[in-house]
This record gives sequence, structure tokens and C-alpha cells, in this order.
Amino acid sequence: MIGQAVLPTPELAFEPVLPELVLVAFAIAGLLYEALAKRSEPLVHLSIGLVGVALAAATSLSLWSWDGAATVLGGTVAADRFAVLTRLLLLVVAALGLILGHQYFARSGDEQKGEFTPLLLFATSGMTLIVAAADLIVTFLALEILSLSLYVLTGLTGRRAANEASMKYFLLGAFSSAFFLYGVAMAYGATGTTKIATMALALTGSGGTQALALLGFALLAVGFGFKVSAAPFHMWTPDVYQGAPTPVTAYMSAATKIAAFAALIRVLDVAFQALAWDWAPVVWGLAAVSIVLGSILAIAQTNVKRMLAYSSIAHAGFILTGLTAPGAVGIRSAVFYLVAYAAMTVGAFGTVMLVSGRGEERTRIADYAGLARTNPVAAALMTLFLLSLAGIPPTAGFIAKVNVFSAAIGAGYWGLVLLGVLMSVAAAFFYLRVIVLMYMQEPDEATATQTDEPGRAAGAVLIVPAAATLVLGVFPGVIVGVIEKASILRW
Amino acid sequence: VNKLLTLTTFLPLLGALMVLAGGRGLKDEAARWVALGASLVTFIVSLVVLGRFDPSAAEPFQMLERARWVESIGLTYTVGVDGVSIWMLLLTTFLFPVSILASWTITKDVRRFMAAMLVLETAVIGTFVALDLLLFFLFFEALLVPMYLLIGGWGGRRRVYAAIKFFLFTMAGSAFLLLGILFLYSKGGAVSFRYDVLLGVAGGLPATTARWLFLAFFIAFAVKVPLVPLHTWLPDAHTEAPTAGSVLLAALLLKVGTYGLIRFNLVFFPEASKYFATFVGVIAVIGIIYGAVNALIQTDIKRLVAYSSVSHLGFVVLGLFAFTQQGVTGGVLQMVNHGLATGALFLLVGMVYERTHTRDLDQMGGLASGMPWLMGAFLFTAFASAGLPGLNGFVGEFLVIVGTFAVSNWFGALAATAVILAAIYLLWSYQRMAFGPVREEHRLLPDVSLREVVVLAPVLALLLLFGVVPKLLTDRIDPAAKAVIARVAPDQETTDVGSPVRNSAGFGQEASGP
Repeated sequence: MIGQAVLPTPELAFEPVLPELVLVAFAIAGLLYEALAKRSEPLVHLSIGLVGVALAAATSLSLWSWDGAATVLGGTVAADRFAVLTRLLLLVVAALGLILGHQYFARSGDEQKGEFTPLLLFATSGMTLIVAAADLIVTFLALEILSLSLYVLTGLTGRRAANEASMKYFLLGAFSSAFFLYGVAMAYGATGTTKIATMALALTGSGGTQALALLGFALLAVGFGFKVSAAPFHMWTPDVYQGAPTPVTAYMSAATKIAAFAALIRVLDVAFQALAWDWAPVVWGLAAVSIVLGSILAIAQTNVKRMLAYSSIAHAGFILTGLTAPGAVGIRSAVFYLVAYAAMTVGAFGTVMLVSGRGEERTRIADYAGLARTNPVAAALMTLFLLSLAGIPPTAGFIAKVNVFSAAIGAGYWGLVLLGVLMSVAAAFFYLRVIVLMYMQEPDEATATQTDEPGRAAGAVLIVPAAATLVLGVFPGVIVGVIEKASILRW
Repeated sequence: VNKLLTLTTFLPLLGALMVLAGGRGLKDEAARWVALGASLVTFIVSLVVLGRFDPSAAEPFQMLERARWVESIGLTYTVGVDGVSIWMLLLTTFLFPVSILASWTITKDVRRFMAAMLVLETAVIGTFVALDLLLFFLFFEALLVPMYLLIGGWGGRRRVYAAIKFFLFTMAGSAFLLLGILFLYSKGGAVSFRYDVLLGVAGGLPATTARWLFLAFFIAFAVKVPLVPLHTWLPDAHTEAPTAGSVLLAALLLKVGTYGLIRFNLVFFPEASKYFATFVGVIAVIGIIYGAVNALIQTDIKRLVAYSSVSHLGFVVLGLFAFTQQGVTGGVLQMVNHGLATGALFLLVGMVYERTHTRDLDQMGGLASGMPWLMGAFLFTAFASAGLPGLNGFVGEFLVIVGTFAVSNWFGALAATAVILAAIYLLWSYQRMAFGPVREEHRLLPDVSLREVVVLAPVLALLLLFGVVPKLLTDRIDPAAKAVIARVAPDQETTDVGSPVRNSAGFGQEASGP
């Protein structure tokens, strides 16, 4: 039948992007409230944020049993369980970030930051979108949504250090976005598509265009390397983590990693799966450099937030170690690591916030001297999170490390694992140093910590990551089954 | 019903949780009693385990408990005991109440101290009963944290340095252990970390791979034992630790290293064990002599005992790598003996220090006149540690030396010199402490208190008991030792202790060759 060419109408199933729609709607509601209310109440903002996150989580959860198409909206958004799980994880982190931020600004006492909640919701919507993105253009858009929100969040307090961090983050972030976009263009040149699934098919068995595809992958790796703060693209991390308000650091250190790694996993294990032999050395190299630089440089730090920033670089390396194993094994180990890492890093930065007084005082490592005496709860929490970061059993960090290491050994990279376990020892040194200060030295009179009421409430929130760190360390089985079901990417 | 081992392992942890849950409301005195109670109940349960243990049973491991834990990676909760681990278990559960009672004088953060002690007990028991390699590693790593806190929180002047050094050395060693375990695991077809499964995997490895794996395991355990030159953390840690910490470090944590050598190195990699036997024998002998000579020149009594541990543990390793029935049985026996005797020495040193406030031998003297009972106990223990016949140290050392002579005269002769050196440094230090003019400030020191009698009496009684009736121990050790020999040197006929057999496997091959 000869007729006019029909423009294919994309199937319009909006359910898979409902979480994003909910988040954006609540973000806008928050903005309107801030603009219209005579005097905005922080509690109202918090409620808007938490209800939004909860609704988004509920809509994500309903997608677990989604039996529609693998990708919707013209193949740009994936509706698989991988997206559901990472979304839920992001939303939990977002909820924790909202509560911590609420405490933080309530305590700082200066002008209210009504923008905080909407910005955090916008950032989260970008993140939840990127984990489901099945088209590199959508990945890029989501990346920009989350990045722009984070740039502003970083500089939210207007303090000098925060402004500087925000500027640095923005400039380097823009630069890396350019790399990413260039990589998308190259990949398009090689395969004629930006859709991840089609790209995978195009690369299977194609011969001549592989060089171009690899160049595209290299550029994409730069962009992702920046977002997951893998060395040598980590330069921004210490400054931004240190300069940003602590709850924002807590939120973004966990959430950005989850989001960016989830997107990276789709690129590695779907789009470029045919080239696994070619990308594995790149992942290997990034992992090794990140682990070594992160662990070594952390030793020299005198500020807790900066130390944790370097530690997050090392952890990016550990997650990449797991991803050297292609396919479901690598994905499983990386996702478990992300869950564990989210718990311990939100917990650690949350405790830093608990200990630091108003603003960003008392974040030097020296300020932790004798904390066990002045604030035993904070000291115990910090110890738990630090032990988990160091990978000591029975914490989540231990199981996570065993997972990524055994995945990498299974793929034959025992040299990388040797490097990883040895660097874990170097890393144990700087985590231990904080524990030594807290438990084995007397508090300095001048900096003796007094916890105020909001601080105590923030401490109560930290029960969530603390429980997760312990439970995942002792009974990792509670989540392993879920992760297994979620580690199959549909495309 | 058949959950005895689990009960033994986690009772102390339960006690720790009780102590911590008490919060500030729990008085120091109450915390001490809860801790003592928990460790005593644990000891009683472990006695039941001993009672149920059947030395004549055919299967190597008894009271097995198996439970799935993390199925996706093959981590199981598998525990059981054999003739080696049963004694390590008993030694642990016995020394913990003793150490807790000896720590009655701790007044700083009593609750935290007691909680750390009990958590440590769970971790140590766990390493001895675990029959899943990842589970073993989990306990092996976990015991670092409470020990680290004990040294760093309640130790001497350089405690922080000593604690960090201890932690980093051991963790560096265990990095290789983890690598080795994961490698072995990746070679197995089945997704499992279980001991029996990986034992099968190890059996099918090419010789070169097995040798590398042997080294990976060996480094981890050699740090722990410790073997020269990986021992440098030990004098610092033992000296700076509080009394209970030194006791437990010497008596139990070092044994985790030798236990690992028996449980994994010898049995998993028999060919590689033979291949490296001469090398291990050499560093064991170096350790024996180096430790003894170092002990000879110390003026700090605690450091002296610490170096004597290096020497004694060299004996254990030498015995194990002789691959003779006497050597292995003697090595295991020596593990128990050293735990009791050195544990008692550290207890006594602690009691002396609490009175004199010095550990410097040059600052002491004439203590026997004011404290005849305490010094008498010290002499008794020193004799046991030096291997005087009739006390426990003798049997183990004798068996090791006999077992070693069976394969190499050189190793045997060199090892035997350390027995003489041990007598010298122990008796000489005793002489400097106990005899001579008494210092003015030490004139009115009190002798042992009732609590200290309760602490010391059971340990000293065992020193005598195991010296007179070593059969109590060897009856259960022998079958396990035979099982080890059967794997490492299957061509060797195993006989009961007492009749030397030359073998063709051990490190003395060059010396005893045609």
C-alpha cells in the first residue's frame, strides 16, 4: 500500500517517568510556596520535599512489576528493575539529605534557604531520570539537570568557600559535559544512533566503525569519570565536598555516584558490551589510579570532609574494580557496593554535620579529639561508618569489597585486586587516625562539643544509614536477592 | 539442641551487648560482673563441647553446624571443631574469664573495656570454629578492632603508636589472605567458600598456582604468629597493651596464626608446604634464636616476655613443618602450653607492675622478701615456660625437638639451644626481680590478694596438670595431627607419640638424604 510516509508515533506510556514527573511537580510546588507565602516555614518545605520523595518512591515501586515494553517514549527511557532499584536508593538518599539539610539550616540560624528543597528535588529528578535513560541524549539531559541543581546547592550558603566550590564545580562540570556530548556525537557517528539498545546492536559484528566507537567511548568515559569522581578526573571533588554545606555533601557524595554509575553501567554493559575487551583496560586503569590516588592523598588531609572526599575517589575506584567484570556479575557487585557506599557516606557526612557546630566549624580532624567523651553517640556512629569505609567486618563495606574483588578476580584481574587490598590497608590508616583521636585522646577544652537540640534530631536520622551499614554487613542476603533481580538490564 | 558451638561463639557478644545496653546507668562494678558472668557461662558451655567431643570419631570435624548465609556469593555459616580447634576453643574460653578478673583494676571506661573484651572473645572463638573460609576471614579481621581499641584505649605511654602498628601489620597480611581466598574461590566450579569445597578445589590446582597461594596464606599467618622478620609489631603491641590485652595477644591471637597454618597452609597446599618446608624451617629457627637472644638483653620485663613469645612460636612452626607425628602434635601442644604459660607470665608481670609501677628490671630487686607468694608463682611459671620437666612446657618442646631431629639434626640442634637460652633469660630476670637488696619504696608492697589468687590458681594448676598428664591433650590432638600428616606426607607411617620415624618430606631432606 502506497501512502504518505507516516511519522512513527512513539508509544506514550508515561508510567515509567512518573517518579520524575512527581518530583518536578513537588519541586515547582515548593518554589511557588516560597514565592507566594508571606513567610515560608521550613517545616512546610520539608513536608513538601518528603511527600514528593515518598510519592516518587511509591510510583517507582509500582514499576517493579512493570510488564510493558522494555523501553518507552520512543525507546528513550528504560522501564527495567535496575532503574527501579537505583531510583529507590536515590530517593532514600534524597530523603536523608532533605532532613539533614533541614536541621542544618535550622541550626545555622541565618536567613532561611527556601530554595534548598526544590533544588534538591530537581537534582533528584535528574538522577532518577539518568538511571533509566536508554538514549544518550536523555542521559545528557538528565546529567545537566542534576549538575545544574548541584552547582547551585553547593554554593547555597553564600560563604566564601561554598562560592568557590560552586564556581569550580560549575567550570569543570561544564568542561566534562562537553567531553560527554562530544563522546555522544562520536558514538552517533560510529553507529548512527544515540539509543543505547540500537547502539549495542550496531556494534555487534560491525567492523570498520569500531575505532570511532572507541573514541566515543573514551570521551564518554571522561564525562562519567568526572561525575563519579574517578581519578584522574577527580580534581573538583575535594574542594567541592569541603566547600559545600555538609548535608549537600552528604547527599551528593552518595546520590551522584549512584546516578552516574547506573548510567555508566548502561553504557558499558549494554551500548558497548560488544567491545568489552576494549573498554575493560580503560575501566581497569581508572580503577587503579582512583584507588591509589584516593587512598594515598587522603592520608595527608587535615580536614574531615576533605579526607572523606579523597576516600570517595578511592571508593569510585573500588566500584570500577567490580565493573571490570562484564555482565551481571559486575553489575551485581557494583550495585551492592553503591548501596553500601550510600549508607556509609551519608552516615559519615551526617555525623560530620552533627559534630560541626553552626556553619562549617569543627571539621578539622583535630576537632575530633576526645569526641568519645564529649559526644559518645556521634563517636560511635562515626566509628561504625569509618570501619565500614575501611572495609572491616561485620560492616557493609566488607561484604561490598569482597563482592567487587571476587567479581574482578573472576574476570582475571587479580593484579588490580592485589592493588585494591593493599591500598585498603593504606586507607585503613587514615580512617583509624580519626578513631584514635576520638577514643584515645583527651578532648581539647576549647573545642569541646556541645550538641544542641537540632543536632540530636539529626543524629536520630543517622540511625537509618547506621542500621543499613550493620545489617548489610551481617545479613547482606536481605538485599542480594533484590539486587540479583534488578541486575538484568532490559533493552 | 545441636547449636553448642554457635552458643559458645555468640554468648560473649550477648554479654557485650548487655554491658553496652546498660548505658551510663550500669555501674562499673556491675559491668565487671556481667562481663565475668558472660565469659564464665561461655567457659561452661565450652566444657560441654569438650565433653561431647569424641576423639575416636571417624569424621574429622564434629558438632558441625551448617546454615546458608549469603547464597549469592556462597558464604555459609559453617562451624565445627576437630582435635586442634577444640583446644584452641577451650584455651580461649578459659583465658577470657581469667583476663577479665585480672582487669578488675581497670577504672577508665569500664563498660567499654569489658564490651571490647567480650566482642574480642566472640571474634577469637569464631576464627577457631569457622569452617568457611570467608567466615574465617570475617572473624579474623573483626578481632582486630576490639584488640586495637584495647591496646589504644587502655595501654601504656606509646599505646597509640603500638595500636596502629598492630592493626596495619595484621591488616596488610590479611590483604594477601583475602586475595588468596578469593582466588581459590574463583577456581572452584561451585559458588562456595566452604572449607570442604575449597579443600577439593585446592587439591586440583597446578603446583605453581598452589605455591603462590601458599605464600599468600603464609604471609597473613606469618604476620600473626609472628615469624621473623614480620614480628616487629609484637614487642610494641605486647608491651603497650594493658595486662589483659597482652595476655590475650600472646595466648590467643598469636595462635590464630599457627592455627591458620595448620588448618589451611598444610592441608590445602601439601605439595607447596613441602616445597617451602626448608624455607619455613629456616625462618622458624631464626625466630627461635633471635627471639631468645633479644629476650636476653631486655631490661623491660614485659618486653622480655614478648620476645620470648617470638622464640616459642618459632618452636610451634618448626614442629608443624617437620611433618612428623611428634612435630605436629608437639606444635599443637606447644600452642596450648605457650598460651597458658605466657599468659600467666603476663598476668604476673601485670601484678608486679601494679605494685612497683615499673617494668624496668634494674629498678626492681628483692621483691621475694616482701611478696613471697607472688614471686613464688612467678618462679613456677618461669619454670613452666622454660620447659622444666614435670611442667607443661617440657612435653611440647620435647616433642617438637624429637620430631625435628627425626628429619634434620641441624634444625633440631639449633632449636634445642633456645631451650637453654630460655632458662637463662627467665631465671636471670627472676633473679634481678626477686633477689638482691630490696628498694626502699618497694619495702611495704602487699602480696597477692584473694582476687589475684583466684586469677592465678587455675592457670598454674593447669601448668602442672598438663605437665604431668599431657595425655589429656594429646589424646585429642593426635588424630587431628595424623590427619594433617596423612595429607602432607602420606607416605609416612604415623605412629603414636614416642617412636621417632624418619620421613622423606620435611625440611631435612638434604641433611638426611643418601
